[in-house]
Amino acid sequence: MATVAASPSYARPAASEKEGFMAWLTTTDHKKIGTLYLHTSLFFFIFGGLEAVLMRWQLMKPNQTIVTADQFNQLFTMHGTTMVFLAIMPLSAAFFNYLIPLQLGARDVAFPRLNAFSYWVYLLGGIFITLPILFWVAPDGGWFAYAPLSGRTYSPAINMDFWVLGIQILGISSLAAAFNFATTIINMRAPGMNLMRMPMFTWMSFVTQFLIILAFPVITIALVFLQFDRFFGTNFYQVSAGADPLLWQHLFWVFGHPEVYILILPAFGLVSEVLPTNSKKPLFGYGVMAYSGILIGFLGFGVWAHHMFSVGMGPVGDTVFSLTTMLIAIPTGVKIFNWIFTMWGGSIRFTAAMKFAIGLIALFTIGGISGITHSSPPSDLQQTDTYYIVAHFHYVLFGGAIMGIFSGIYHYFPKMYGRYMDERLGTWHFWLNFISMNLTFFPMHYSGLLGMPRRIYTYDTAQGWDTFNMLSTIGAFLLMPATLIFIWNFFKSKKGGEPAPANAWDAATLEWSIPSPPPEYNFAKIPVVHSRYPLWDLTHPERTKDVPHTDEGMRHTGEHDVVDMHIETERRTAKELGIPMPSSTIKPFWTALGIVVMFTGLLIMPHNKMAGLVGIFTGAAMLVGFLYAWLTTPLEEHH
Amino acid sequence: MRETDRSGRPIPTSVLSLGVPPLVTAHAHAAPAAHSGGHEEHHHYTTTGLDNRKIAIWAFIGSECMLFASLISTYLIYKGRSLVGPFPHTEWTNPQTGQVFKPILNIPVTSFSTFVLLMSSLAMVLALAAVQNKDNPLPANAGLGDRMLASSKLWLWATCILGAMFLACQAYEFTSFVHEGLTIKTNLFGSTFFTLTGFHGAHVTAGVIWLGTLLAIDYKRGLGPKDALNVDLAALYWHFVDVIWIAIFTLLYLIPD
Amino acid sequence: MAHDSAHASHEHEHPTWKTYKWVALWLTLITIVEVWAYYIPSFVASAAFVPSLLFMSAVKFVIVVMFYMHLKYDHKLFRALFTGPLIIAVATLLALMMLFRKFAD
Repeated sequence: MATVAASPSYARPAASEKEGFMAWLTTTDHKKIGTLYLHTSLFFFIFGGLEAVLMRWQLMKPNQTIVTADQFNQLFTMHGTTMVFLAIMPLSAAFFNYLIPLQLGARDVAFPRLNAFSYWVYLLGGIFITLPILFWVAPDGGWFAYAPLSGRTYSPAINMDFWVLGIQILGISSLAAAFNFATTIINMRAPGMNLMRMPMFTWMSFVTQFLIILAFPVITIALVFLQFDRFFGTNFYQVSAGADPLLWQHLFWVFGHPEVYILILPAFGLVSEVLPTNSKKPLFGYGVMAYSGILIGFLGFGVWAHHMFSVGMGPVGDTVFSLTTMLIAIPTGVKIFNWIFTMWGGSIRFTAAMKFAIGLIALFTIGGISGITHSSPPSDLQQTDTYYIVAHFHYVLFGGAIMGIFSGIYHYFPKMYGRYMDERLGTWHFWLNFISMNLTFFPMHYSGLLGMPRRIYTYDTAQGWDTFNMLSTIGAFLLMPATLIFIWNFFKSKKGGEPAPANAWDAATLEWSIPSPPPEYNFAKIPVVHSRYPLWDLTHPERTKDVPHTDEGMRHTGEHDVVDMHIETERRTAKELGIPMPSSTIKPFWTALGIVVMFTGLLIMPHNKMAGLVGIFTGAAMLVGFLYAWLTTPLEEHH
Repeated sequence: MRETDRSGRPIPTSVLSLGVPPLVTAHAHAAPAAHSGGHEEHHHYTTTGLDNRKIAIWAFIGSECMLFASLISTYLIYKGRSLVGPFPHTEWTNPQTGQVFKPILNIPVTSFSTFVLLMSSLAMVLALAAVQNKDNPLPANAGLGDRMLASSKLWLWATCILGAMFLACQAYEFTSFVHEGLTIKTNLFGSTFFTLTGFHGAHVTAGVIWLGTLLAIDYKRGLGPKDALNVDLAALYWHFVDVIWIAIFTLLYLIPD
Repeated sequence: MAHDSAHASHEHEHPTWKTYKWVALWLTLITIVEVWAYYIPSFVASAAFVPSLLFMSAVKFVIVVMFYMHLKYDHKLFRALFTGPLIIAVATLLALMMLFRKFAD
């Protein structure tokens, strides 16, 4: 069909002189980096999914031998690690990159080169931690790597070294990105966009950045201890030297619980964009939504020990953490109701994105309610380390985070590529995904309450678990075609999807006021913002009549390119318009590579001291050298 | 700034109170695009009128609070739980050899190095002031004191040297501990002590390198008010490393088990 | 200067040598008192020792942050960026101390 195959309505801007592979390697454009994040994390999502399928195949029937016990350990460790650090977090980061500057009315992030650096560290760190599973020498101590089990005494092989060093590398990426986006959101908003006019996705991302800024240093230190224990013979987790076996658990969960909100809040943000747009109504209770996000973030630091009720913290500790856990359900529940009220009375358009968003509301609610059941220590003691917990967190992370991210991909695909994704395939994807997801995880509530422990590689028959495991495995197998439909749709639509206009969904926020895909500079003229729904003020004023409109917070900058809110049709390049853009540079890539070389040196040190030291010093020299070169080169070329 | 709503709708003033503390209105002056002067950075419009880098360094310092809180927590949790000596504040006799280990911490040396680090913060703040005021001509009757205060090189040198002195004290402390029989592997105290103070020392080292780079730039082309932000970033980092030491000195060195 | 007005952080005048030298003097004096207190065995044994040392070190911490890091004079955004994380850090530290029964004895 000629219309489908037609190219987007305007020519893509030539981003730089470099083209092809080098253009991607040296890019500092937040949109290109966002695209890189999206593709890489989708790859890891599929990789982690296949690990899960292998596990489900093994558990399909009692006493199977598809994989060995040792391989099973590696599979569940890498499935968790991959999904948390290599799939969901960077999928969110793809949206941070792509959307935050567009939603703020900015031309790039605060530190474009740091942004490229974050991506390269993520990619190289992801490869570092994923490669070993191809040779069955992957980490095997669980994604939580409880010490002392993960120490050299009980995990003497190289397996856990990959994990300890790999997570350390990935932490650098997350922290660098978090400083970048926090600064961007504080300081790069268009004139007039005060905090209470920010789109809700940017709001939730804002909270997420602070969670990363404050949670990741804790895991960094916990990992440094473990690293020192494993490589230099220190005593942090050596019980024989008097160490406390709970130290790692506490430090890990001080990080680990905020991490849960790091995973879910961006997805909350995405559906908070999808629901109002497709209900043709402003978001219900915008202020409450923003504040409940902040409250979730803040309380998120006070609930960590509910992961540890079974270790016996005593009545005071148990009570405090039980209460805070119940408390944090309130702002989360508030969000659920706000989404429902957003749809209430709206004229709903059931796009694929909308279906996934509603799917999130339903499935996250189930996961949230099962979560409440283990906020009470006595009940948690029955559930802990059983498949009931596996059911719970897959409802929040698959049913919540992943459904939200799928919703976001369908919704923002037209902005990214100037073409719609296929809605019919999207509907197929949704229903197949929804049904098989429930088929996989709902029976786990039962197998869990019947006593099936997590992380066992096989089980004997006649314990009442057989049927539930068979159902779960069928569900997991069905998730493969579901995901395949999505991937096919994704790549097919990139080439030949129906061309989308600038405002593909008749939405209300700044990112839809510019062409799709956006030109390299995003906004030829920076718009002045007077309300939360600047675009609806122009296109659908009737929808925003109850939304506050003031000039408060608006100030003129004296710059010539700040103008009233408008629909942007400028198509010339940045060079033609004289807009200074950050130059492309390879230095962030080399700096990132230096870090990974350094850690690889440490990895091989116990096996070959000389080679290890060479690696460490080469990596450190690269890191310092390219960092200096980077910091002493100005960001922009003069036009 | 326009006072009325473009679309003519009434402005519901009650919604203003819903706003989060007005980051935007706090500094409502215009930030002109300063492309002049021929130096490297463009000054783009920013929402708060503040520089991105200064916001980022404060966010970084916030993050570092959690980093050191984790380190200090671990030190305190393990305080007094080492199975074998040497101990920081008490004597220990090895039951096998009968060898007696004195309390290992050297309070006089560390008190001196603490003082040195505090004074380096004074030098740092004076270096920043000197850079900021580079363009203000000295009065004709300026004395030695005024001329000293105006020298950014002097104070950057002072900060670097004091920082290096602190590191020298730490190197002395570490080697003497090793000679007395305490390494990072010996006991819980050794592991937590060397890791915590070592992390702090690594921060000081990075700071000295950073300040050394600024000093080199000062010699190469002279630091002026346009560099004040760069010096300010280094200064904030340096003072933060100093306040962390204030906490470590009290919690680790002065409060016994 | 066109340039300086781009930095709102310099809108408020920073203090000068006059303030800085007093801060340095106080830092030195408090450090001397702290170390002196450490060498008085009867005081070290008393219940007042730990609280008073913590207090003195907190005072030092606060005056460096307020005067040398200019938090007293700078944009309040910076105050929020520092005190927020500091509160969470201290609260986490105290909670961990409690969980590991460090206040029990």
